[in-house]
Amino acid sequence: MSKQSKEFWRWREYRHTVPEMDWHDAKIVTAGVDIGSVGSKSVIMLDGKLHAYAAIRTGGVSEETAIRVLNWALDETGLQTKNVHCIVGTGYGRVNVPFAKRTITEIACHARGAHYIYGPTVRTVLDIGGQDCKAIRCDEKGKVISFLMNDKCAAGTGRGLEVFADLIRVPIAELGKASLNVEKEPAPVSNTCVIFAKAESVALLRQGWEKEKVAAAYHLAMVNRIIDLLTKVGVEKDFVVTGGVANNIGIISRLEKNLGIKPLEPNVDPILAGAMGAALFAKALYEKQIGLR
Amino acid sequence: MLAHYGYKDGSGDYFIIIDTDKCDGCGKCVEACAYGVMELIEDEFDIEDGSMAAVTEEHRKKIKYSCGPCKPISGERKLPCVLACSPKAISHSW
Amino acid sequence: MITAGVDVGAKYVKVVLLEDGRKVLKRANGIVGFDILKSATEVFEKALLEAGLNHDRISRVTATGMGRKAIHKKHPLNAGEIVPEVIADAKGAYHLLPAVKTIIDVGAEEGRGVKVGEGGKVKDFVINERCAAGAGTFIETMARALEVGVEDMGPLALKATKAIPMNAQCCVFAESEVVTLIHSKVTKEDISKAIHDAMAGRIASMVLRIGVEKEVVLIGGVARNPGFLPPLKKELNTEITIPEHPQYVGAFGASLLAFETEGK
Ligand code: SF4
Ligand code: SF4
Repeated sequence: MSKQSKEFWRWREYRHTVPEMDWHDAKIVTAGVDIGSVGSKSVIMLDGKLHAYAAIRTGGVSEETAIRVLNWALDETGLQTKNVHCIVGTGYGRVNVPFAKRTITEIACHARGAHYIYGPTVRTVLDIGGQDCKAIRCDEKGKVISFLMNDKCAAGTGRGLEVFADLIRVPIAELGKASLNVEKEPAPVSNTCVIFAKAESVALLRQGWEKEKVAAAYHLAMVNRIIDLLTKVGVEKDFVVTGGVANNIGIISRLEKNLGIKPLEPNVDPILAGAMGAALFAKALYEKQIGLR
Repeated sequence: MLAHYGYKDGSGDYFIIIDTDKCDGCGKCVEACAYGVMELIEDEFDIEDGSMAAVTEEHRKKIKYSCGPCKPISGERKLPCVLACSPKAISHSW
Repeated sequence: MITAGVDVGAKYVKVVLLEDGRKVLKRANGIVGFDILKSATEVFEKALLEAGLNHDRISRVTATGMGRKAIHKKHPLNAGEIVPEVIADAKGAYHLLPAVKTIIDVGAEEGRGVKVGEGGKVKDFVINERCAAGAGTFIETMARALEVGVEDMGPLALKATKAIPMNAQCCVFAESEVVTLIHSKVTKEDISKAIHDAMAGRIASMVLRIGVEKEVVLIGGVARNPGFLPPLKKELNTEITIPEHPQYVGAFGASLLAFETEGK
């Protein structure tokens, strides 16, 4: 497996300020900092409204990454760290966020952020990253009711797809589309384990199956597995999918078909969901602190 | 909240489910487990303070094995963590 | 009377030809190919040829192993009976060592623990399956990541100087962990030990579910790997015997069962 192909879910670094908002008019300025294993994100909110954000790659030292991403988000807003009333850290490196008043798990922040991005009708959030899969169910306030995270097994994660992309030599970005290029949906690959499913796929290719057909069988198996996990926390409308694998149309369209629910479309990059949730928790925390709630 | 700790792999589903609304943070499950699978963590799911039971990071990816000795193939099965919890906050999926 | 036992594993077919329920005339093995029946037949015929026997000299064939159904009552092998691996294992191991109480069988795709009672009867068993991290495939995949031959893995592990932990519990993620360890200059010896330790830990916990009682026997292909025994002994805190030809115990058991059935 080549080193590069493992990193398809890396995105470019970017920042943005929402125009025509002035922090001087805001009563409460908060920030959320999400230190993930691959990327780190920061969001600035004015009275609970998205004002600026930045996303960068996580460096070797979490503290430095946290400071860098926060400063970059603050850049061009005229704000300085001292103007921010409250900061909450999240993500796997959350304990290393300097200035953070508190840490909140990425599960809770993800749900809260999805609630903000997609609206209060969101009940089920599925996040499939390179190395894990999270299923979260939340209520109308964005509070977690049930969650599950699977990061033990590569099956059902971006990594599982990569192993397969490598096998049939199709670029990972085109894999989902290729898997839809079949007349009829084949039976799913019967093995869940990536190692065994790969061997099974090799056998199918030897039998003369087209790449696309094997890809369809592989995607279908992955979708069945994801649905199984979702069912454990309960699937309810509205449903959203985030994480790198959300870009794989072969997965998304099959999820939609087999669940009978169409995932909502986001209006901002859902990669920011965790940091947004953290900024919203920061607002609630500050309000509590000054006796507003 | 129902917190599912554990995993699903090729061989099956292995989750310890903690109902955090029932859990009062007494820590009896932590004492009861001889293998260090359970721990008390601070509630990091909201801005309120409090503590709740969870499966330790160390064991989350291998509870099928960690909990194996408490789940004999034959004979009576008594899970110390489940028995220790008076509010019945803990369940196992397998 | 000559009977045969055929063990169709995930990776290899093993054949044992047995005379009068006592004497092993021939052992043979070969890789399981795409067509299971064909692979099994080839190995069977190889065994016959090497033993200088004709097919009609074989009174009965009993099959075991994951692929046993593929050869059940199918021409030309005509396996009359099929038995689960744990039954064949218990039969074979009991015959080799009547004091056996616990059998640990680690093959390419499955790990098994069998509790043996009076007369070699199966009392209890436990199986690890469908996750490559719990069987021989794990060590094979790691060997590829380390860029060493599978047969070198055990000897390498025995030369290790440090015990380092492996965190990944998945074959796929463990591959990346091994690559990271190589980059951080951990020696291949130490990495190999970590791999065997992790694997032994998983097998030991599995076997603990049926209870471990002496004598303990380790069989299956992985038993031939010298790096696996020391950590397994340590985990289970017991002596463990490895019979000669540990990978043939299942096939041997099947040939014994064929003899018993035929003798009735
Ligand atoms: S089933 Fe396969 S992919 Fe999943 S944890 Fe086991 S080895 Fe890894
Ligand atoms: S025993 Fe029950 S109530 Fe007490 S900490 Fe454990 S799960 Fe919570």
